[in-house]
Amino acid sequence: MGLGAGVVLVALGCFLAASGGGHETHEVAHAAGAEHAEGAAHHAYKWTNRLWANVWLNAIYFTGASVIGMFFMSYNYLAQAGWSVAFKRVPEALPAYLPIMGIVVLAVFFLAGHDLFHWTNPALYDTASPEYDPIIAGKRGFLNTPFYVIRVALYFVLWYVLWRMIRSYSLQEDLSAGTDYYYKSLRVGVIFLVVFAVTSSTSAWDFVMSIDTHWFSTMFGWYTLASWHVTGLAIITLTVLALKERGYLQVVTESHLHDLGKFMFAFSIFWTYVWFAQFMLIYYANLPEETIHYREIFSGFGGIYKAPFFINLTLNFVFPFLVLMTTAAKRTGIILKVAAWGIVIGHYFDFYVNIMPGTVGSHGGFGPMEFGMILIFASGFVWSVYSQLEKANLVPKHHPMLEESLHHDIN
Amino acid sequence: MSDVHSNSKFLVGIYDDDDVVLQAVKDIRKAGVKIHEVYSPFPIHGLDVALGHPRTKLGIAAFLFGLTGTLTAISLTFYTEGYDWPMIVGGKDSYSPIIYIPIFFELTVLFSALGMVATFLLSNGLGPTVKPLMYDLRTTDNKFAMTIDMSKNDIGEGDIESILKRSGAAEVNIKQF
Repeated sequence: MGLGAGVVLVALGCFLAASGGGHETHEVAHAAGAEHAEGAAHHAYKWTNRLWANVWLNAIYFTGASVIGMFFMSYNYLAQAGWSVAFKRVPEALPAYLPIMGIVVLAVFFLAGHDLFHWTNPALYDTASPEYDPIIAGKRGFLNTPFYVIRVALYFVLWYVLWRMIRSYSLQEDLSAGTDYYYKSLRVGVIFLVVFAVTSSTSAWDFVMSIDTHWFSTMFGWYTLASWHVTGLAIITLTVLALKERGYLQVVTESHLHDLGKFMFAFSIFWTYVWFAQFMLIYYANLPEETIHYREIFSGFGGIYKAPFFINLTLNFVFPFLVLMTTAAKRTGIILKVAAWGIVIGHYFDFYVNIMPGTVGSHGGFGPMEFGMILIFASGFVWSVYSQLEKANLVPKHHPMLEESLHHDIN
Repeated sequence: MSDVHSNSKFLVGIYDDDDVVLQAVKDIRKAGVKIHEVYSPFPIHGLDVALGHPRTKLGIAAFLFGLTGTLTAISLTFYTEGYDWPMIVGGKDSYSPIIYIPIFFELTVLFSALGMVATFLLSNGLGPTVKPLMYDLRTTDNKFAMTIDMSKNDIGEGDIESILKRSGAAEVNIKQF
């Protein structure tokens, strides 16, 4: 099936990652030199911080891309949607990457939690210490290491277990007729949506918002979910198009692509809406403890995050908005692909501007280390998705909505 | 449609089934008869393609209405807050466009929504005092009507009637406005 494409992509990714790795040592030497020169100006900064921040950034990004596959399936079951059945094996394949991401996230937290998360410093909670911070101490009930680890582990376990259930029902449905497995899947989907309603917000706080421990935004859960969701939709679209071009999934027609295009268009605008709502409230209220988040991105650290800030807005709003506006664009493979790649790259920058200023600050940048890390994670993801796609029929059998999907026709 | 001028004569073919009317549209267009419009109690998939109607221009209308709304909002906020009576709110410049984006957005939506309602009424010839053109009242219940504008067709009335009958029309009526 998609093995050829998968192997080629993995090989390419590994080759580039290896050469990226070569540059990394160069980068490392450079960073170490800079460290020497700067002396003790930044007492906490080590060159490894940038490496860990990169691992963290990619792990969060691909966790989102994976879990959205389950999210997509769940709301399609809940809505009893028929159109998406023809390519439902594609979103179904995404969450298989979750266990690896879970291990990476927990490993980074244990290995480098102190470098990435200011709140893990025990002196902040000690009234006798000069570093005592009453604001962070007030958040201790939620932000403490044991509870954090339990929460993070719980997210991955819940998401993965529910996905395994829906996946196994889906595979068993291929072997037997009837609607039993459909209703079972629907039930699991509903449970997942209830779980995800809470965990999408709390995981966004844990993974991203707690980096700037003082700062908080009540929009942040929605904002991260919107970002993850539109990334996942773009990845589903790209995978469907890749399979269709290689001669698989011929049942997917222009009408399915049109709907996927609408989805990307609509949720790019939804992301912009949430982004702007968060930005405008903070801008309008003008409270120093809130504006600091945008100050750091926009003008802090010598302005190195200003470009990613605008890349983020351009690639995630202006670009898909203009490119996907017309009906013809949403029905044309190449235009969909360009828009989807814009969204996939754009939302990397979305997480970049939210994670990097708080973790590496003025030591951030965009070099071979960033590229190499993206390629390592992305090749793993592509391998994971394609190996899942190989394990089952690309078009499910016996799904009660299959006929409807095969005749899906919108004009 | 609003392009109906007075004293025009229509042949109205009445059908009982949506699949029959869809096939009839294809057959009749192939026979060279120009169809004016098909009326159905519910949307029929693929009918607009079969009828060969040109792409709707409603999108352009919506865009222009929306643009009017945006420009109204910009001028309104700029005139009141930036020019006529500048005020400093929350430490911002007296005219800071970012805080007015919700107003730009809302007036854009409002103008395009109301404009589209007006467009709908106009293009369908509907309104409080207007008597709507009705080819057959049963198209609001369970029948499908295909209307043929005689002034736009060179084929004789009798020929068209027999083509309609052959395509599955249960009856063919003449309607004059």
